[in-house]
Amino acid sequence: MGGSIVAIGMGLAAIGAGIGVGTIGGKALEAIARQPEAIGDIRANMILTAALVEGAALIAILMAFLVK
Amino acid sequence: MKICRIILLLFLFSLSLNAQHDQAPTEKEAVHSPMTGDEKALVTSEQPVAAHEQGEEHHDFKPDETAFHHISDLNVYSIGPWNFPLPCILYAPSKGWSLFSSGRFHIDNDHHGSGHTAVDGYVLNMGRVMRVNDDAFPQEEIAIDQFEIGESELDGKKTEVHYVIANGVKYPLDKASSADGGLFGGGITSFYDFSITKNVFAMLLVVGLLSYVFIGMARAYKRKPGTAPSGLQKLFEPIILFIQDEVAKPFIGAKYLRFMPLLLAIFFFILALNLFGQIPFFGGANVTGNLGVTMVLALIVFIVVNINGNKHYWEHIIWMPGIPAWVKTLITPIEILGVFIKPVTLMLRLFANITAGHIVIIIFISLIFIFGKAGENPGAAWGSSIASIALALFISAIELLVAFIQAYVFTLLTASYIGSATEEHHHEDAKH
Repeated sequence: MGGSIVAIGMGLAAIGAGIGVGTIGGKALEAIARQPEAIGDIRANMILTAALVEGAALIAILMAFLVK
Repeated sequence: MKICRIILLLFLFSLSLNAQHDQAPTEKEAVHSPMTGDEKALVTSEQPVAAHEQGEEHHDFKPDETAFHHISDLNVYSIGPWNFPLPCILYAPSKGWSLFSSGRFHIDNDHHGSGHTAVDGYVLNMGRVMRVNDDAFPQEEIAIDQFEIGESELDGKKTEVHYVIANGVKYPLDKASSADGGLFGGGITSFYDFSITKNVFAMLLVVGLLSYVFIGMARAYKRKPGTAPSGLQKLFEPIILFIQDEVAKPFIGAKYLRFMPLLLAIFFFILALNLFGQIPFFGGANVTGNLGVTMVLALIVFIVVNINGNKHYWEHIIWMPGIPAWVKTLITPIEILGVFIKPVTLMLRLFANITAGHIVIIIFISLIFIFGKAGENPGAAWGSSIASIALALFISAIELLVAFIQAYVFTLLTASYIGSATEEHHHEDAKH
């Protein structure tokens, strides 16, 4: 098991993305509960934003792979 | 709930077996990637304790290597224990083109697609064509003894070097040049591999299937317009309408019809290949989890977005209106970087999601061999296999969802990038 600082970086990236996507999902659910008729718009925007947040984490994880 | 408890108990049982085993003063023993059923049987029945005592060399079971082998592109198409040869199209600057079927390597069915013969100075090692970059190596068809893995240090980084032993001499092997620049092994080496590999074959197959289905459907719409959809139309019409109404219209706006062919092609191409890669025991071609494929998809999006970008799009990138000049000097480099980062994240997102899903499934299956110590501990292997299979099934179900979501996200982001590039400037006096 090659323990290195890279592993910590990957974990931090995952935590960041987890917080981000969790917040987006939670807020989207709140919005849907308030306004169920807008579910289509909210869902599309939720996935779009989640994908953008995920992008940052993916770049971090790929960098972790590269510097390994 | 009962089933969950039983699985948990068996899992703990396997752990305890594992722990007991750890007390015995033995070294780790393993074979190379024991993934097929045959090999498993071979391992559990024949793993000789005597061989260990004789000090015979064994490779440790490395789950990461097994995973990377299974997601990588190969020059043979393996379904279960059978290896189907694929055409090899190879070019080495020093000797020109070589064209032959990978069947000429005489692939054995027990070891994950390693060839028994060398052809034109090329050998097949673990399913990949590699070249012996040595003039002393015979160029005709010769039998080879075995492959070996060694390590070499280059610029302080340890890299793996594969060797082939033929006629009692050990030659180092060159890996194929790879478009990912050596991110997952490879890099620029002494030859180029233009072969119809497993991924290329799977892609051609899926594209052929999609063309057949969609051309047939288009003909049906032309032949009897206005009638209710029938057959496959029933399946695809709602999906096409979904892309049109939920993705193209809200994100692109009035000019959406112009980009519908691109969006639909991207969506169905990615979706079909994602689902094709999910079929278990069918070669597991990991096409959308290949950086080269996603790179070309992202490049297409990059070109389409920037060709269709209007004046306002470029204005907002190069000289953002409505903000102080000193802020512009900060914003402009970021915006210019953003032009390139957008397609790069598209590329990475698809690649990472699909690859990660495949790796997780393989690692869960590998748990059997990790706990079973590759045959030394069959009880733990049996116990953990139940948990492994349950976990792998669970992840497979999630991956099925991910296949749809990633195809959707790629299409959605493409539409939103095109939309932001072609948007008309309809709020002149609004502050930005």
